[in-house]
Amino acid sequence: MNQPTTQDVTLEIFRGDDDGGEMVEYTVEVQEGMVVLDAIHAVQAQHAGDLACRWNCKAGKCGSCSGEVNGHPKLMCMDRLDNYEAGETITVRPMKTFPIVKDITCDVSWNFERNAKIQTLQPRADTDWQFTQREADRVQEFRKCIECFLCQNVCHVLRDHDRKEEFIGPRFLVRLASLEMHPVDDADRLEQVKDEFGIGYCNITKCCTEACPEGITITDNAIIPMKERLVDRYYDPVLWLWRKLTGKD
Amino acid sequence: MDKYETHEYDVVVIGAGGAGLRAAIESSAAGVKTALVCKSLLGKAHTVMAEGGVAASLASADTRDNWETHYRDTIKGGKYLNQWRMAQLHAQESPDRVRELQEWGAVFDRTREGGINQRNFGGHTYPRLAHVGDRTGLEIIRTLQDRGVHQGIDVYMECTIRTILKDPDGHVSGCLGYWRESGRFVVFHAKSIVLATGGIGRCWDITSNSWEYTADGHALALWAGAELIDSEFVQFHPTGMVWPPSVKGTLITEGVRGEGGVLKNIDGERFMFDNIPEMFQGEYAETEEEATRWVEAVVADRRPDARRPPELLTRDVVARAIRREVRAGRGSPHGGVFLDIASKRSAEAIKRKLPSMYHQFKELANVDITTDPMEVGPTCHYTMGGVRVDPESQETRVPGMFAAGEVAGGMHGANRLGGNSLSDLLVFGKRAGEFAARHAADRADLTAINETEVEERAAAMLEPFGREGGENPYTVHEDLRNMMQDKVGIVRTEEDLVSAIEAIASLRTRAAGVKVGGNIQYNPGWHLALDLDNMLDISEAVARSALMRTESRGAHTREDFPDSDEQTWGQQNLVTCQTESGVEVQVESLPEMPPELKELIKD
Repeated sequence: MNQPTTQDVTLEIFRGDDDGGEMVEYTVEVQEGMVVLDAIHAVQAQHAGDLACRWNCKAGKCGSCSGEVNGHPKLMCMDRLDNYEAGETITVRPMKTFPIVKDITCDVSWNFERNAKIQTLQPRADTDWQFTQREADRVQEFRKCIECFLCQNVCHVLRDHDRKEEFIGPRFLVRLASLEMHPVDDADRLEQVKDEFGIGYCNITKCCTEACPEGITITDNAIIPMKERLVDRYYDPVLWLWRKLTGKD
Repeated sequence: MDKYETHEYDVVVIGAGGAGLRAAIESSAAGVKTALVCKSLLGKAHTVMAEGGVAASLASADTRDNWETHYRDTIKGGKYLNQWRMAQLHAQESPDRVRELQEWGAVFDRTREGGINQRNFGGHTYPRLAHVGDRTGLEIIRTLQDRGVHQGIDVYMECTIRTILKDPDGHVSGCLGYWRESGRFVVFHAKSIVLATGGIGRCWDITSNSWEYTADGHALALWAGAELIDSEFVQFHPTGMVWPPSVKGTLITEGVRGEGGVLKNIDGERFMFDNIPEMFQGEYAETEEEATRWVEAVVADRRPDARRPPELLTRDVVARAIRREVRAGRGSPHGGVFLDIASKRSAEAIKRKLPSMYHQFKELANVDITTDPMEVGPTCHYTMGGVRVDPESQETRVPGMFAAGEVAGGMHGANRLGGNSLSDLLVFGKRAGEFAARHAADRADLTAINETEVEERAAAMLEPFGREGGENPYTVHEDLRNMMQDKVGIVRTEEDLVSAIEAIASLRTRAAGVKVGGNIQYNPGWHLALDLDNMLDISEAVARSALMRTESRGAHTREDFPDSDEQTWGQQNLVTCQTESGVEVQVESLPEMPPELKELIKD
């Protein structure tokens, strides 16, 4: 049976908390095909049992092991070590947008608080629950989200301007889109999307789409269509006049 | 020690996978104050990794399906050891549980008519698994999570429960745990506790299970005085990844075979045709031509006029067959066999039906599954064994303590059918929540917590920090996993099992002396040091039960007793409890199945 080849890899990992810390260097032996998370586990087992790192599925399905590897937003379980030059020191830091709990784990509770403000599916009273796969596809793309929060992490509104009070971020605009476009949903969340959730802050730089490990077309498929609906409703002068005169939507 | 934090609830649910979430939703809907406590962030529990689908006889993909057929398939798959009443409730109630998820926002794949689509899976007579591509678990957990959060359940994340507390009458009074983040202790007072902690896979080296699967609930129940049942039955899923080493054990959904994928050895032979057990003779295709006709019909969305391919036999059968090929020197280059869907389906269909498999192989193994076969081998996946519960209420023999989902035992007997786990956790999660809430509502007040006990137990948890020169907990864990893989794996012998039990005793001594560095804040080494206790006791329950069952049945294969023994072992379960002398296993007769249900499983 074929045996795996091994090599040494050197990592610089942030050790510390929100009050500060330092980059600490570790060298571990890894086998071919391994990912950054494997190297983190080797560091835990061999050098630093108390290194804090979240992970669960180790197959890109749960979105627990988000971090910044060499400055790039990554799921560490899907980031192969052979993506990096042999001998290159790999830096691993926690996501910048959230407060650090310890080492590479951060406090993402803000996301859970925001999510709770989104109204869940409100099925039409008369629905028979029959709809086509085509209708499902549109929503299923958004429901692929694994809540790794890498999109929130790279969104400059949150990352650089810290507008967490005013802007709900790409993750939850995707969730809102999945509800607004659900074939049997009857609720209207658009006003909330505009006012409370601050969709206007998004200026479509598409950083979130680039960061998404699930390949969800966040900006084009979720955010822009909602922006368009908002424009139609609130800013189209002809429609505005029509509604004013007729009282109809 | 510092004063610990306390919270008061009617019902505390431990574990936030499908079963825990479903229990908490039901309990909270009944109007009692409910807490949900979990080790990870919400939405990351193991349910998220379930891929293929949830089994329910909705009959939307094939109108012939009904609960009776689902019941029959489940009992046959479990090799007749299933708790019949659980299997019946499961088959009867799962369709409602799936429809309810749809109403709560889950978007399942559709049939051409616009209903919920269902796919074929091993051991299921009809296409029965409602699914969302190959990410069904994510859909279910997200749906339940959003439902639960909006219902006002209090969720306590990254909190590990270590001890169930009881009052002097033996009724649960609460539980003690620690915040993973701060390392501080916390006590939840409760009238009812629901265990929904999942499985035990981290006791083995090659596993599809995440770090969370450290047998917590099994051990909490055993230590609190409850019984475990069917511990010898541990499911090795036939198709885990085998290469590269980083992903060894990572799950490949049975959906690959449900969508037409075939298993081949190095000589290109479809060896499953030679591995159809007697009890399934006549139910599976006997030639490649017939199997191909079945796949073509399924792909074309027609009702097949052929029997299904033998790749869709139950998991225990397929896992053993793969092991046999590899042992006989007919394996793939990295010690597995080949799973080929590329030659059966179009690239477009593969990407649409199995998107995460495509992604997983492309990214992690440099294999394009639309053109090349996958290398696969068995991986420890699920435990049929678990806490013994009342089939209606899910209450254990400890008053006020309930269990649901993988941590509960009985439902699946000697082997679980794919898809029956997601339905199990919905059906029995709901029941556990309902009865736990009812139980809590009937009790007057919370009973007092014994503070001395709490302080002693908390102090014991801190011991690994103070030790001099102890071993690294990671080393002890690695040795346990390798030993279990080697001696308590797919095929077992008396000699191996006896030596496993001895090895567990010596590992226990080593575990009692491990030392951890750093402080109590978010310290995985410390958490693992504590988890070793759970894993050692439950490994022993598995090994002792496996030693006692001197036959082969379902997931339990004894090389020294290769046949099933219907007269004796086919009529009894093994029940484990903890006594003063340690883990003890006893034989008990199966409960009598009513005649009308017996009629359903007649051939």
